[in-house]
Amino acid sequence: MTTLKILKYVVYDMLRSRMIIIYTALLFLVSFGIIYTGKDVSKAVISLLNVVLLIVPLVSIIFGTIHFYNSREFMEMVLAMPVERKHIFWAEYAGLSLTLAAGFTLGTGLPLLIYGGADGAIYLLLSGVLLTFIFCGLAFLGSVINKDKAKGIGFSLVVWFYMAVIFDALVLAGYFAFSQYPLEKATIIVSALNPVDLARIFILLKMDVSALMGYTGASLQQFFGSWFGMMYSGIFLLLWAVLPALAALRIFNRKNF
Amino acid sequence: MIQIDNLVKRYGKTEALKGVSVEFPKGSVCAVMGPNGSGKTTLLKSILGLVKPDSGSIEVNGVRLNGSSAYRKNIGYMPQYCCFPENLRVREIVAMLKDIRGNGCTYDYELAEKLNIRKIHDKPIGTLSGGTKQRVSCAIAFLFSQDIIILDEPTAGLDPVSSEIVKNKILAEKENGKLIIITSHIISEAEAIADRIIYMLEGNICFNSTKQTLYEQTGQNSLNKAIASLIQEGPII
Repeated sequence: MTTLKILKYVVYDMLRSRMIIIYTALLFLVSFGIIYTGKDVSKAVISLLNVVLLIVPLVSIIFGTIHFYNSREFMEMVLAMPVERKHIFWAEYAGLSLTLAAGFTLGTGLPLLIYGGADGAIYLLLSGVLLTFIFCGLAFLGSVINKDKAKGIGFSLVVWFYMAVIFDALVLAGYFAFSQYPLEKATIIVSALNPVDLARIFILLKMDVSALMGYTGASLQQFFGSWFGMMYSGIFLLLWAVLPALAALRIFNRKNF
Repeated sequence: MIQIDNLVKRYGKTEALKGVSVEFPKGSVCAVMGPNGSGKTTLLKSILGLVKPDSGSIEVNGVRLNGSSAYRKNIGYMPQYCCFPENLRVREIVAMLKDIRGNGCTYDYELAEKLNIRKIHDKPIGTLSGGTKQRVSCAIAFLFSQDIIILDEPTAGLDPVSSEIVKNKILAEKENGKLIIITSHIISEAEAIADRIIYMLEGNICFNSTKQTLYEQTGQNSLNKAIASLIQEGPII
């Protein structure tokens, strides 16, 4: 109950923030541009996929980190009242993720809706929303670990860079190094270590374009078919949305303000 | 009212509080003084549960702090730097705090009226100046008429008129039997409003006595001279 009361005002504050408005407008322009120039909505979804997999995690984790540090004094003031720490934590986490997710859904969903939608569109939106929650959780985790704002933002950038760029390179390097061995099952397990990879698999399994799936995704479809792949990536995405946030809450409970 | 026993807090290697024991009695204004980094804010934040002490105990109104948050309904707090969500209006901040505190509070609008908070009700926090935010924060600390009010450098950013209003409010609330704890660097201010001076040095309490005792002990008749002579002689209590 207390969580909801605080959440209401966190959302009020976020909705009036210039960043959210710019984020939504930018996503709208990009999505609209891609669909308008491409003519084919299904193909546009694949182009949009790259936007979702790079931009959404980046904005969520950086904005989330900045938001946490900016809210420190506010949290301090609320915590001096008869309020448990978990209430303010969940209110901030939910307020941040929900508004960012709403901005994303509106910015990307509206152009798709205008052009009549496409096959994988709903999965694209769903995985974008999940990625928003995941990276907001990671942002909070980084922020509660690092007392210093600059360090916290640096930490967030490294996490994003690892998940969006370095991870694929590492998987490929591993594949080349051990190419004599059957690695299909191993790569499936490895994909669970990266939410961006999971989100990509989640969307592309539905769109039947395995060439774009990356090595882990291709193995997954070959071995288990679409249905299992969707379940597998879906469950791990949910775990990614919950676990870092829970870890952050544990540290938040013991933190000194 | 507040009883602190042997409180220890370490931040990594630095010991912010080295076994502090102190009592804050009801119906008094206690000024916690001391140089920067002497542990004043850490002490106050431990009372509020914002800082988790390593050992020692704190009792508020006879209830020992054990991680539950209920005891804080009796405490009003004004932080050293206040920072509300930028895009909310003053009115919304107040509404939110009332919401969180829940029913069963008697509101005390006196300070809010005197500090002219009504005039800026519809302005977003982000557009207010530092001193104005401080005024809002101060009015909020007194708004819920709690028994204990903790003010961390309340007059640091206030203009002389507002600062005088706040001081008068502190004295009036003391007469109502409340406990008010302030930190301050301004000796003349502490002299004017405090009954008890608690002077901290490097995480220890250097001395803790009423103004009268201080004057008598040191043979001085002003607080800054008394403090100066005490610090030169070394800790007594």
